[in-house]
Amino acid sequence: MSTPDDSAPALMVEAVDVHKSFGLVEVLKGITLSLRRGEVVCLLGPSGSGKSTFLRCINHLERMTSGRILVDGQLIGYHERGGGLYEMSGRELAMQRRDIGMVFQRFNLFAHHNVLANIAQAPMLNRGQSRQQALDRANALLKMVDLEGRGEAYPYQLSGGQQQRVAIARALAMDPKLMLFDEPTSALDPELVGEVLSVMRRLAAEGMTMLVVTHELGFARDVADRVVFMDQGVVVEEGPARDVLDHPRQERTQAFLRRMR
Amino acid sequence: MSPQRIVPARNWGQSILAAMLLVVVGLLVYMVGSSRHINWGAIPHYILDETILDGIKLTILFTVLSMVIAIVAGAVLAVMRLSPNFILSGFSSLYIWFFRGTPLLVQIIFWFNIQLFIPSIDIGPLHYETNAIVTAFVAALLALSLNEAAYMAEIMRGGLLAVDIGQHEAAKALGYTPAQAMLRIVFPQALRVIIPPIGNQTISMLKTTSLVSVVAAQDLLTRTQNIYAKNFLIIELLIVASIWYLVMTTVASGIQYIIEQHMAKSTHEKSTVWRAALRIMRAEGSGR
Repeated sequence: MSTPDDSAPALMVEAVDVHKSFGLVEVLKGITLSLRRGEVVCLLGPSGSGKSTFLRCINHLERMTSGRILVDGQLIGYHERGGGLYEMSGRELAMQRRDIGMVFQRFNLFAHHNVLANIAQAPMLNRGQSRQQALDRANALLKMVDLEGRGEAYPYQLSGGQQQRVAIARALAMDPKLMLFDEPTSALDPELVGEVLSVMRRLAAEGMTMLVVTHELGFARDVADRVVFMDQGVVVEEGPARDVLDHPRQERTQAFLRRMR
Repeated sequence: MSPQRIVPARNWGQSILAAMLLVVVGLLVYMVGSSRHINWGAIPHYILDETILDGIKLTILFTVLSMVIAIVAGAVLAVMRLSPNFILSGFSSLYIWFFRGTPLLVQIIFWFNIQLFIPSIDIGPLHYETNAIVTAFVAALLALSLNEAAYMAEIMRGGLLAVDIGQHEAAKALGYTPAQAMLRIVFPQALRVIIPPIGNQTISMLKTTSLVSVVAAQDLLTRTQNIYAKNFLIIELLIVASIWYLVMTTVASGIQYIIEQHMAKSTHEKSTVWRAALRIMRAEGSGR
């Protein structure tokens, strides 16, 4: 776990009473959740419980209806002026998102770029890296995700597991403070899940702050410092991974875990 | 024993129809060819006529300029149409509705007569007679490009919508600004959908430019008409013009074919597999 310096806030993510409605349907009914620096938290729950929506609020891919989210002490998506929250411009949002990596269920690699360009383009555009710096870094990251030498391949030539590992490398190339994973293994064939999870384990061991929406209970048990169980837009139960997974206190958590076995 | 011969079924109906077709077309060709009302010698005489060649230059100029303007304007309109701002998207919808819903011929005549209700253009101390600015050339170019822009906008909108939303989200999540996401991620992928119809529109535009002859914009058809107005070799000169239109559209189709082959190649598995094979051979050669 990385040691925070004195000036930095201890909390990497601080979400307070986050609400989100799609039309008349309220999918988040007041989520309050925080992550310490270097902490790995798994967000569990049945589909439709609002886990992914909450995750997407953290980098403002989804606009929350009310509440506030701070990442590393910075209010996400809004300027606070007077009594109101004013949404940021697209450029300002882009600046904030550069510090928050995200990995999607469907990988979303840029289909017209090869692997190296997928990884190196963003740091070249927005981190002021030279072409050579960015490519060197991209190759190092490819090695880290066990894809050394696949830099020239195009996404469609890779398996799902390989694509997802490239997506992780792409997010890491921006040197994010926080990584968000939105069901990173749900679109994978069962035999490819392990290779992605092992990269994520390595990342957690290196001290990355991670918030992971997942159905992989084994991963949650081994890697997560804490798990949060959500259902129908509220946090039902949270606590140390083994406590919640092995001795769930809430009836809804128990029912969910029974179904997952 | 030699293998048995296989005889495909004969379709007698088709054979008879084909024979009848040959006879009819042959008779027609003979009728036209032997007509004493057509002065065949005039065709080679006029095919490289300087006036005709000037007309071709202008037809190509109209095609290229109006396509370039239409592509730029169409891109702007497509982005406006997809904007969440309802005035921007509403304007774009209205534009497309109007320019696709009225005949191009009407639009050409309209622009040519614009001075009837805007006689002059005054910007501060500057004063221009509309007639001096909106010449037949300008009127024709305006009509062709503004009309084509409406079609282009729809083609581009289709291309932009064909790009998976996940591509846009990934770009946002990586901190691309809206402009970077559009120009570097979404638009390049939309191009693969947009380019083939742009080719078709360009080929179509080569022929559509002939409409501007109604305002005597000096394109190929205008020149042709000017010549036959004097010598009454109407059919002969229309044949000359048709030959040239066919040449231009055939060349344009060829160019389109080459571009599409090239695009297909750059995304085709075979060539990337080949590149990968080369890379592996190189890597092994270097004794890694």
